[in-house]
Formats: sequence, structure tokens, C-alpha cells
Amino acid sequence: MTPAVELGGVTKRFDEVVAVDNIDLTIADGEFFAMLGPSGCGKTTTLRMIAGLEFPTQGSLRIFGDEVGTLAPNKRPVNTVFQNYALFPHLNVRDNVSFGLRMQGLNKAEAARRAEELIDLVQLSGMEKRKPSQLSGGQQQRVALARALVNEPKVLLLDEPLGALDLKLRQEMQTELKGLQRNLGVSFVFVTHDQEEALTMSDRIAVMDEGRLLQVGTAEDLYERPANRFVADFIGHTNLIDATVVDSSTIALANGTRVAGTTSEAAGTAVALSLRPESMQIGRSTDAVPGDGATRLSGTVTEVTYLGLAIMYKVAIDFIEVDVRADAVPPDDRLAVGDTATVWWEHDAEWIVPGAQ
Amino acid sequence: MRTRIAGVQPPRQATPEFEAANLRQRKRRGLLMALPAYTYLVTFFALPLLVVVVYSFATRNRFGGTDLSGWNLDSYQQIGNELVRQVLVRSLILALITTALCLVISYPFAYFMSTRKPVVRNLMLVFVMIPFWTNFLVRNYAWYVILGTDGPLSRITEFVGIGATRVLFTQTAVVLGLVYGFLPFMILPLYAAIERIDGRLLEASRDLYASGLQSFRHVLLPLSMPGVVAGSILVFIPSLGAYVTPEVLGGAKTTLLGSYIVTQFLSSRNMPFGAALSTVLMVIMLTAALVYFRRGGRTL
Repeated sequence: MTPAVELGGVTKRFDEVVAVDNIDLTIADGEFFAMLGPSGCGKTTTLRMIAGLEFPTQGSLRIFGDEVGTLAPNKRPVNTVFQNYALFPHLNVRDNVSFGLRMQGLNKAEAARRAEELIDLVQLSGMEKRKPSQLSGGQQQRVALARALVNEPKVLLLDEPLGALDLKLRQEMQTELKGLQRNLGVSFVFVTHDQEEALTMSDRIAVMDEGRLLQVGTAEDLYERPANRFVADFIGHTNLIDATVVDSSTIALANGTRVAGTTSEAAGTAVALSLRPESMQIGRSTDAVPGDGATRLSGTVTEVTYLGLAIMYKVAIDFIEVDVRADAVPPDDRLAVGDTATVWWEHDAEWIVPGAQ
Repeated sequence: MRTRIAGVQPPRQATPEFEAANLRQRKRRGLLMALPAYTYLVTFFALPLLVVVVYSFATRNRFGGTDLSGWNLDSYQQIGNELVRQVLVRSLILALITTALCLVISYPFAYFMSTRKPVVRNLMLVFVMIPFWTNFLVRNYAWYVILGTDGPLSRITEFVGIGATRVLFTQTAVVLGLVYGFLPFMILPLYAAIERIDGRLLEASRDLYASGLQSFRHVLLPLSMPGVVAGSILVFIPSLGAYVTPEVLGGAKTTLLGSYIVTQFLSSRNMPFGAALSTVLMVIMLTAALVYFRRGGRTL
């Protein structure tokens, strides 16, 4: 099957700044694909290149097999939902939605009829005559969505479409967007800096930083098997503990503790051990010690944070400070700041990523 | 002074009485600040205008003076004369041509300027303003020299083989001079209007299958309409009443409204008629200005 979007060695330079650095990426037809990264990582530039609003400096860009590198945006079978929507302020809702159809030469009546269908789909019936300024943020969002989808694009590009909405509305729209994408069967390419948004909605996620593509995979891939420090740190919450490879099945932490860990890196290479707070255990130093497979470290509790269902402990171990998440227990049974604690984890909680700090 | 963030409810204690008192105080303070400007405008602007209007209903006496008695509409009836109508129509046409030319020249320039980096933008703004540093009359005489019989323009056309040009003392020369003189009044409001348009709207239109031309026609132009209206009126009004440029570049053959009015006051000594013409001109301009304030006044 021809992929919806295919980027081969795409680079974008603005004067001296490399915004996107040699990216290879394939987005399948019908996929909900997220591009995730901090601001300035190049995700929006990548999206704009797919839309045709920027042209790549180098590389190949295909949409359904057709090379579109320097094709004008109005000649591409893609549409964009812009950040802050970019609705035409001088046109009412109906004219905004039918704009694309009218520009393609469809007659007024037919364009209005199709616009009506989409306005209905995004549940804005009765608001056709309103100007964008008379709509709430959520309603503007829906108009932007309808305005793009009415053209039946082969790929829908969304640039932080939910960024301007408040939390509750955002969560509602996440569900709606996902449902819409499933029903339409169209590829959605979704740019966001919100990892939770990316994790909950996407089939696959690309993590970017400083113009480079760091990892592409499912939410589970990224969370359970991050390819490097950045992804491990960016997705969810993790403790990164510096370590050195001893041999192919052992690494040594900075304080000399040896930990069993499989790695393909050469002996002596700096790596980091990624440990999720929820996959570690904590107990009083006097508690019964767990079985043999576990690695144990002891330290002092420096912070206790109540999270409702859980409690987050910050524990200072001689060479590092780690966060450990434990089930909530009554206050009397909790560790307190200053207590000596033992932190341990099973072998399968470990994940080794390459690279030093 | 209290500032309020848009959308935030006013604090509870702001009862209607407090609000009203607050408003009164602010109004009083505003009036006091504006008083010097008001006084100046009333004394030196509104009163003389009133005198003009009053004179337009007076009678010219045999010695070229004006009798402020026997009020009548004779001067207004004179406007219907064939000669006067010709002058009026000619002036209107020239003003319209000038406005249209200014618009066509300024729009691309203003768009280009508003899409540049701030440094380039400011530099271009300075260039637009430079002509204002020299006296208007002097600049018109510069054109007089350029367009003159043995002037640079004629020399150039002669040199390239088209033969000598005689532009000076034609309506073309007048339009040229007017366009040159009033171009900044078109560029500035256009720039102000285009500059505030969100560039992403143009991108969105391109994304929605608009060609460059369609994008201009359906997004850029409608959104910059306040600037177009403002600039057109700012050029049309002074073009209609222009005196210096037609005098210097138009010669004696094609009388325009400005010169005609001056003639009434000076050589013809028919002040009521001159005043009536001025009043009509003022009404036309006022109408145009009202359109401007209703449609596009917000851009300046």
C-alpha cells in the first residue's frame, strides 16, 4: 500500500538555522500520526512542508507516491487545521467552510450544501451566519476542522489544534477528533507538544528535538522502550541514572553498584538506566527485604507528595536523587521526610538507553 | 486609573453609583485636556469656515466688494453655468484618476513593505516620508523643470529617438504631479491596514486551494478594505481642491476647481460666488470624510 506521506532525507534550513535535519518518515494511509516535541524542535516546520507552506531545502517529499517537494499548497490533496485556527474574520461560518470548495470552482449552491453537511457533522448547525469573532474557542476549533474536512483531503494536518482550549474542552475534543479520524479513515498528522495528547490519541508518534527525529513508534514503544535519553525523559516521568557498561549483561552505577542489564554497547561506554517511578518500590530500612533478583539502594526521604491515588517520594541516594511512586496508604503508614528508606526494583523494570548526560 | 482585562467581570463593589461617578470624572478630565486644542480649532478653523459659508449667501456690489445684506442663493445658481460645470467635472475626473493611480501604485508597495523585516520596513517608511522634508511648492517646481520643454524628460525621449515630449501644461502633467504629491497619503493607510492582517490567513487560503490571485481577491483585498477606503479619501479630497499643482504644472489652459475659486476671490472680486463654490467643495469633502470615518476610520 502506498504510504500517505513519505519523507526521505528532508532538511529545511532558514538562513543558518537548521530547522529540520535529514528526516526520514513514513506515514501510513488512515493512520493517526502525532509529531511530538518541545517548541522549536521542527515539528511544525515538518508539517508546513507537507502542507506546502514551506519547501524543503533538500530531500524528497511524497504524498501518495507523488513527489510534491515544491508544489504550491493549493495543488496538494492535503488541508490544514491551523494553530489558532486562522478563520477568515470577514466571512461567516458557512462561507469559511465552503471557501475551499468555492476556490476549486464548485458552484455556490453545491458548495453551500456540502458546507452544511460538515457544519452538521461538527455540531454547529444554526450558527452558519455567525462571524468567527462571535464564536467560542471550541466552536472556532470546529469551524476550522469543518473548513479543512469539507475538501475531503487525503491527509489532514493539524498544528496544535487543541492548544488554545481549556483542559476539559481539550479532553472532549481529543475523543471527538479520534472518533472522527476513525470514521473518515483519513490520515491525520497531528503536531503537539503535549505528550499526554499524543499518547492518548495516536496510532504512532514521532518524537523530535532540535530538528532531528529521535524515535518513531507506538505510545507503548516510546514509553516502555525509549531509544535514547531524550525520549525516556520526555515521555512520561522517569529517573535517569548514569551508568557504565561493564560487559554485555552488566552495567555499573556511579556508586559502583552492579546491575544486571542486557546491552549491545561496548564495555566502558556511558549509558543511562531509565527507571519509571511506578516500577520502583520503597520501604523502611527495617522492612523485609525483597527477593534476590532485585537491585537495592538505600537513601533518605527528602520530599513526600500526596497525589490522591499515589504518593510520590523523592529519595536522596548518595550519588543521585530518585522519584518513587507508591500506592497511597494512611498517613501513619507513610514514610516521612528524613526517614531512611530502601529503594529497590526488579530486573524487568530496567531500561538501558545509550548516551551520557 | 482602573484597567480591566477583557472578559473579566468587574469587581463586586463597583456599584452603579461608583461607576457613574467614575465616568463623570473621566469625562471632565478629558474635556480639560482637550480645551486648548478645541479653542485653537474653533478660533482659527471653524470660525473662518463659518465666514465662508455666510459670504456664500451675500451679494457682490458694483465695486467688487461684498454687501452683507439681501441674503440670496444667486451664487449657488451660478454653479449651474456651463463653464462652472465643466471645471467641476474636470476636477472630479482628474481627482478620480489620481486616486485610482495612487491606489494601483501603492497597493503592491504597501504589501511588499508590510511583509519585510522591521528594519527594512522602517527604512522604507522613512523613504516614503522624505518628500515631506521639502516644501510642496518647491517639489512642484522640480517637476516643472523635469517636464519642461528643454527639461531632462524631453532630452531623454529625444535621445532615445521618440522625439521631444511636451508634457508640461497638460492634464497629464497635473495628474503626474498630484499622484507624486499625494502618494504617501495612500501608502500609509494601506500599509497600516495590510500590516495588521494575520499572514496565516493568506496561508490558510492557499491551503484551501486558492491561487495567488484568488487569495488576494477573497482574503487580502477585503481585509485591507479599510485602508483602501481611507487612502482613497485622503488622496481624493486634496486632489479635488488642489491649487498649487494645477497652477504650476497645468498652465492656464485647463482651469481646475482650486484655481477657479482663487480667481473668484482675487481677480474677479466675486467673493460670494467663490464662497459658494468653496462651500460646495466642502460638502463634497465632508461627505467623503463621513464615508471614511464610517468605513475605514479605525485604521488611522
